[in-house]
Amino acid sequence: MTFIAKPKLHHPSLVKNKAGFTRRDYEGAVSTLCAGCGHDSISAAIIQACYELDILPHQVAKLSGIGCSSKAPTYFVGASHGFNTVHGRMPSVMTGANLANKDLIYMGVSGDGDSASIGLGQFAHIMRRGVNMTYVVMNNGVYGLTKGQFSATADKGSISKKGVANSDASIDMVSLAILMGATFVGRSFSGDKHQLVPLIKAAMSHKGAAFLDVISPCVAFNNHAGSTKSYEYVREHNEALNRLDFIEEREEITADYAPGTATTVQQHDGSILRLRKLGEDYDPSDKVSAMKRVQEGLASGEVVTGLLYVDPTPTDLHANLNTVDAPLNTLQTADLCPGSEQLERINASLR
Amino acid sequence: MKPTDITNPDYFHKVVDCQWACPAHTPVPEYIRLIAHGRYSDAYMINWKSNVFPGILGRTCDRPCEPACRRSRVEDETLVKGKKEPVAICRLKRVAADYKDDDIGERMPKAPAKNGKRIACIGGGPASLTVARDLAVLGYEIVIYDQDPKLGGFIRTQIPHFRLPESVIDEEVGFITDIGNIEFRHQKIDSMKKILAEGYDAVFVGCGAPRGRELDVPGRQEAAANIHIGIDWLSSVSFGHTTKVGKRVIVLGGGNTAMDCCRTARRLGGQDVKVIVRSGFEEMKASPWEKEDAMGEDIPILNFLVPKEVTHKNGKITGVLFEKVRAEYDAKGRRSLVPSGEPDQHFECDDVLVAIGQENAFPWIEKDAGIEFDKWGLPKLDEATLQSTVKNVFFGGDAAFGPKNIIWAAAHGHDAAISIHKLLTGEKVEERPAPDVNIVSQKMGIHEWSYDNAPTIDHRFKVPHRAKQEALKDIMAEVELGFDPKLAFDEAQRCLNCDVQTVFTGKLCIECDACVDICPMDCITFTENGEEKDLRGRLLAPALNPTQDLYIGNDLKTGRAMVKDEDVCLHCGLCAERCPTGAWDMRKYYMEMTQAEHACRQQ
Repeated sequence: MTFIAKPKLHHPSLVKNKAGFTRRDYEGAVSTLCAGCGHDSISAAIIQACYELDILPHQVAKLSGIGCSSKAPTYFVGASHGFNTVHGRMPSVMTGANLANKDLIYMGVSGDGDSASIGLGQFAHIMRRGVNMTYVVMNNGVYGLTKGQFSATADKGSISKKGVANSDASIDMVSLAILMGATFVGRSFSGDKHQLVPLIKAAMSHKGAAFLDVISPCVAFNNHAGSTKSYEYVREHNEALNRLDFIEEREEITADYAPGTATTVQQHDGSILRLRKLGEDYDPSDKVSAMKRVQEGLASGEVVTGLLYVDPTPTDLHANLNTVDAPLNTLQTADLCPGSEQLERINASLR
Repeated sequence: MKPTDITNPDYFHKVVDCQWACPAHTPVPEYIRLIAHGRYSDAYMINWKSNVFPGILGRTCDRPCEPACRRSRVEDETLVKGKKEPVAICRLKRVAADYKDDDIGERMPKAPAKNGKRIACIGGGPASLTVARDLAVLGYEIVIYDQDPKLGGFIRTQIPHFRLPESVIDEEVGFITDIGNIEFRHQKIDSMKKILAEGYDAVFVGCGAPRGRELDVPGRQEAAANIHIGIDWLSSVSFGHTTKVGKRVIVLGGGNTAMDCCRTARRLGGQDVKVIVRSGFEEMKASPWEKEDAMGEDIPILNFLVPKEVTHKNGKITGVLFEKVRAEYDAKGRRSLVPSGEPDQHFECDDVLVAIGQENAFPWIEKDAGIEFDKWGLPKLDEATLQSTVKNVFFGGDAAFGPKNIIWAAAHGHDAAISIHKLLTGEKVEERPAPDVNIVSQKMGIHEWSYDNAPTIDHRFKVPHRAKQEALKDIMAEVELGFDPKLAFDEAQRCLNCDVQTVFTGKLCIECDACVDICPMDCITFTENGEEKDLRGRLLAPALNPTQDLYIGNDLKTGRAMVKDEDVCLHCGLCAERCPTGAWDMRKYYMEMTQAEHACRQQ
């Protein structure tokens, strides 16, 4: 943490977006996380993404559980709604909030402990239900708040700061999310904003359950030789399958790529995901091959990153439940209680 | 781009914009911090060593430091509620002089035993006084000649006492003469050859630019009784020979002398005083604050008017006729004033003060004295050593390169003193000494620095002025009252501490981006290296100011470069605070110019 607030003075070239805000306006309180924490970089990427998407801060609801990562929502988009839930219970609170008011942009921020250990059950079900949200796991493979025990995402064989090898198998959040029915799944690295920011933008615009597993090194307890979640290890083993350009519906496509080097995926709302190929042929809309490629990566020790799976025509919780167009929390007595005449008619139809 | 060589003293010096812009390279942020701490005497001594006249300069300096101040590039108009303004560096200097301890004289050096060498200084102004101070403390015997009865030169004769009280001049001239080994001779020099024949080991010419430029229009001779050359008139006022002026006064010229003339005229009975300039208002040579002060005393400034004729009746002036002009610029941007075609304008007046420039004049230097002059009548000098074509004769101040200002005179004085000292100890004069540099970390604790690193968003504080009615009544009453300690503290806190440098060590960096994320000015980028022009365009925020360097750090594991745009850095230290490995550190860079002393010599 720092002793002074981030100065309000800013670069003279800072410009306002279409919503009338500068990037600095999307900041939150100054971070109290350790210096060099990857989570702060992810916060900065979320700030950048919200700024570029011209989002109105008061239309964002950010929810989190308990842990270092779950403190992070305080540090971005200060002028939005926030909810710090019980440990591991963020998904159920977010599901409820989304049911009540589907007009807000939901962002769940959690960590490997909050989502892969105590909250694993809740995690599975929010994906299964297809809640329209962006679920970010800041994944450092370690319990930082309790001084460095392995978390459930720590790779088998990874060495702790004290020099002990992890004997348990790890939970791969990406595989789990695809398996449970998330319709947008990506993995990235806190140290690569060029990859991360477009992924967050695309996830926030995805009308369904979007999940991002972001490797976020813990500088205090998991950034040493032998760790598989350190800055150096992730940089060396990062296997990016694609580079994503997120293009909003109203934007003009300017950059041109040679045929065969980029594939485009048009989403339901008209926005376009353009994936620049980096080496191998990879089709992120094929769920089976996505699962296969992610598992291959795990087997060979690669950190496979990029947009790994996307369903361009997702359905969400509200579509599945066939709710009315208006958010449920705006329905008045007149909408909810149609009167005795209607009741009579319904009763009659059931006789 | 090549990695930045921070061992070159110029690199970090340049980051301290104020110090770099100052001709004497005074360590500005250091003395401003001392003022904030209430250590006025220590702040004064830093100034005294560097620029010799803190109390005088704190009131009268042309302040080349202020336009350079980083603060005026990074302020946000809506946050500070006003336009972007530099720190009031000059007026803070005055605070050090105003509140220093009474016994500060005890800190001043004393002359050692004489070393047997004698130096003559021609002219008793700031350049000569600086040479005298620097050399007297080394045992040289100094003789200063001046035509006026007291030392100080134009500081004493041409700057009105309502801007600079005589007591301040007496005190600071006294600090120099009290060193010892300095003799003042009230004597006008009329022959260089005579001086050279007196056997001085070296001669320093610091006689200023003593001749006011003449007005050459019809009627000048006929109305001569009421047309005065500005600098001569100011000098006459200063010594009490002139005590009044007509009710209606026209001041011709747009420089600081014109501003002093018009404000002096207001105090000697001038009721309708105007300044009339050839150029446009914006292009006037006078400092903006001096124009403001003049206009504040009900003196209008009329522009684009060229004097055509002095009108007179029965041998007495009636007014001045002007031609209206406008500015035209050619392809190279050079300005010429062309008649606008509007009718001529006539302004009535009782007196005219001519302040249209000053010229150098060396009638006392004989043609065969060996000193060569260029086609503009200025001595041929080596720019660094100030040595003339006679190897033991040096020039400085306005006498060297034409009219400049006090701070340049002090800088020249230091340079000439080094040259003289080297010459007389048998060293090569052209080998100039490197500055004295000290760079040390300011880290006190995990998130604690030895300086106030949180930038304030206060707008520049105004120096309190004496009430106009009262000020205009008394020509001796100083108009500016100076900052009080509370205001001085608040203004000092506006300083960004640009001398506390961001030092980057690539080998320690783990490229976690923490510094990039926290930097309020977006001035740090980790990217592939490239040519400067290309790099400037693809940083996180474009580096648009080519006069400010990019700091390139290397030795990163990914092979990328750390690129920091020095232009807008607030020196808030957050990069170093958020850095987990100490790859960034905040280090205070204290740089002092080496003066004539042991360190300036090779051995």
